[in-house]
Amino acid sequence: MNLPALLPTLLGLAWLLPLASFVLIVLWGKRMGHGGRCAGYLATLAIGTSAVLSFVALAAWLSQHPCVLSAHEVAEHAEHSSPPIAPVCGDWYTLGEFGSLRLTIGYYIDALSVAMFCMVTLVATCIHVYSFGYMHEELEEMTDPLAKLADGQPCRRPGRFYRFYQFLSLFCFSMLGLVIAGNLAMVFAFWELVGICSYLLIGFYIERKSASNAANKAFIVNRVGDFGMIIGLMAIWTGMGTFNFGDVPGAGPGVFSQVRPAANNYAPIVPDGMVALAAREEVAKIVAATPDKKLIAAQVPIWRAQGYGYWLLVVAGLGIFCGCVGKSAQFPLHVWLPDAMEGPTPVSALIHAATMVAAGVYLVGRFYPVFTPEVLMVIAYTGCITLFIAATIAITATDIKRVLAYSTVSQLGYMMLALGVGGWMAGLFHLFTHAFFKALLFLCSGSVIHATGTNEMPQMGGLWKKMPWTAGTMLVGCLAIAGAGVPTLAIGLSGYYSKDNIIAQLLSFGNQNPRHVWLFWVATIGASMTSFYMFRLWYMTFAGSPRNEHVYHHAHESPRAMVGPLVLLATLAICAGWTLLWPPFALQAFLEQARPAGMADGIGWASSLVMHPAEHLAHSTPAIHDTATFYAFTAALCGFLLATVIYGVRKINAEDIRRQFAPLHSFLVHKWWFDELYAMLFIRPVLWISQMAADFDRNVIDWLAEGAARLVAFVAQVDDFIDRIFVDGLVNLTARVTYAIGLRLRAVQTGNVRQYVMLLAIGLVALFVLTTFYWNFAFARM
Amino acid sequence: MDLLTQPVGLAHYLAVGTILFVCGVVCMAVKRNAVGILMGIELVLNGANINFVAFGAPFLRSDKQFAIGLDGQLIAIFVIVLAAAEAAVALAIALAYYNNHATIDVDRADELKG
Repeated sequence: MNLPALLPTLLGLAWLLPLASFVLIVLWGKRMGHGGRCAGYLATLAIGTSAVLSFVALAAWLSQHPCVLSAHEVAEHAEHSSPPIAPVCGDWYTLGEFGSLRLTIGYYIDALSVAMFCMVTLVATCIHVYSFGYMHEELEEMTDPLAKLADGQPCRRPGRFYRFYQFLSLFCFSMLGLVIAGNLAMVFAFWELVGICSYLLIGFYIERKSASNAANKAFIVNRVGDFGMIIGLMAIWTGMGTFNFGDVPGAGPGVFSQVRPAANNYAPIVPDGMVALAAREEVAKIVAATPDKKLIAAQVPIWRAQGYGYWLLVVAGLGIFCGCVGKSAQFPLHVWLPDAMEGPTPVSALIHAATMVAAGVYLVGRFYPVFTPEVLMVIAYTGCITLFIAATIAITATDIKRVLAYSTVSQLGYMMLALGVGGWMAGLFHLFTHAFFKALLFLCSGSVIHATGTNEMPQMGGLWKKMPWTAGTMLVGCLAIAGAGVPTLAIGLSGYYSKDNIIAQLLSFGNQNPRHVWLFWVATIGASMTSFYMFRLWYMTFAGSPRNEHVYHHAHESPRAMVGPLVLLATLAICAGWTLLWPPFALQAFLEQARPAGMADGIGWASSLVMHPAEHLAHSTPAIHDTATFYAFTAALCGFLLATVIYGVRKINAEDIRRQFAPLHSFLVHKWWFDELYAMLFIRPVLWISQMAADFDRNVIDWLAEGAARLVAFVAQVDDFIDRIFVDGLVNLTARVTYAIGLRLRAVQTGNVRQYVMLLAIGLVALFVLTTFYWNFAFARM
Repeated sequence: MDLLTQPVGLAHYLAVGTILFVCGVVCMAVKRNAVGILMGIELVLNGANINFVAFGAPFLRSDKQFAIGLDGQLIAIFVIVLAAAEAAVALAIALAYYNNHATIDVDRADELKG
């Protein structure tokens, strides 16, 4: 099978099908069936076909590169010596060429891309199907009780079913484009495009003030991260002269092989371009002395040894990570994600849990070879802070979707943390398992919201009797995210494997670098909190007796279109981490195929302070792996037991605890006062400056403009006066004189014929007389 | 110079023409009757005609080198034709005037006076 020809075709098609669906719905969506129902079928068909194509691509890939099931053999292999499996990369279309610089639409396909394609299309298909049930109100004209008009009446508007699917299709296209992208420029374009889709879908209920605010917040906060990303892109573009990830035939070495050349045994090295850029003063000196290019090339290794250009590599890595911080809602830009829950729940599941927010983690994973040890430490600490803050906030939140949102932020923090301490596979593996169980959890919460009409958990309770399927699948989701499993048999739900990998890597890292061992402890406490707030959520929603009889009475199990995807996702949440014997497949082993070769260590000043242990050590050393499993399991169990005691059997009154720790509770309920802090630090100054600008505009600029206008009016009045008095006066005088003369002369016209004849005769005689008298006088001299 | 003792020459014709012209003008000036005024006009025209014919007659002139051929007679005939046409138009006006005013007194036709 010819993979380099087959994969771009299959995945390219899978990528473009949602775009086709989007275009069709844009053009004819409104007329597709009753209320646009067929637009939904079209979008679902497109993404379903994409899913099929992605799985065909997966099968094709596996037939060529079968999974090696004893995972650490592969890891050991890859981290040390032999070259990794070459990715399929190339260009479809060249957008522009500027000398040796080229901008293209290209692809970079490795095991990670293929796995992401399968995950994104599968989850998206589930959510497309689910939305038929969840969004059915949008088929008719509907009343939105949460959107109040100015007179206090709820807003009544036509349904927007087709538009929902239109945005979903656009999102799928953008997300898949981001995954298949072969260069950073393309990544950035699709990065912004998913941001736009997120903005459009958060603001789907645009009539609600809170929704439009949340959409703006998400967009603006993401701009902050993207600003850093642009700086990173500039450093790469000037320093390396290319945006390509891989070595596209005929386009020179890509970013990865410039930073980690095979000649250097895949160890990181500052690329020549960056060295020359940083040492441009020395270069200028040499050029001024002798125009010999070879001399510069000979100097480059010396400059590199002196440390020239290293900061550019750090800037590139930090810049790219900055973008990931915004997109993946990491501290300090995590504030937008909980507010994004204003969007419809399927959107929260697809974009703000499973795929788009994971794009930041994906990009960190994809861009891993370029990160230096310093950048990795920044990533690890950002992830660690994020996971702790978000987990604490999730404990006190009462809005069911907000609990899940903070849990998403916290889990994304886990992934970043894992990537930052060298757990490349652990972080990305958690991305996949998290995508399945978090999509499941969100869809379950959507099912609950659909049934009860409220987001508030204190209004729920006892719903498992009414909605057994939802309750069951949600329990699976909770167990998966908490990492439930049987440690002695090493069997469990998907989260069990991925979280264990992370904790084990952290422990391994802590052993190597004792001063960073608290990263491990924070992650373990985080695991305990994860388990606590997830079961708190489940107990408050489904267990015990109903808190609100009215809500309970109205609740009902969701339609089959919603339950079906729940069951499928629950299945995946259970077994995404399992190793299949036939066909031989394990997600971990599959991801290992895409692991970037070599380690980040051995460069920069931080390499003397931190040391990233090889990931296979975490699996193969029983002292690490078993200890980590023990800690993770105990932590999760503690959280679960605490939740059971407080919310399950209600032995301890939660209200008492709240009163006991009132300051802490209020601190957490206000989300660590982040929104207020940002309001004080950024929003108010900006508003103040804009107020000043507005005042300046109104008082100075407007004054000038009005002064000019008044001057013109004055000049015009003077002109008017001159025109009226002098010019008009002259004309009128002529007319008046003529009129007066005419008035006098009219008396001559008597109408009497005889008088006329008389005058005629007299005149004739007078003429004769005059002529006779003056003839000689006038013409005498002739 | 006494015209009555001279043989008939150019001056005699001119005298007759002048008398006719003055009669015509006086007739126009004193008549209130539109037809009378028309008659006066005819007299004026014919007075002028006599002048034309007299100046045009070769045997009435002593200075042969300034003879003007038949031009005088020609213009006289032209004036006669003109007078005929003028009479036709003027009579039509008189008729129309009579239809509107039941009189042909021209003193009554002063509606357009200034």
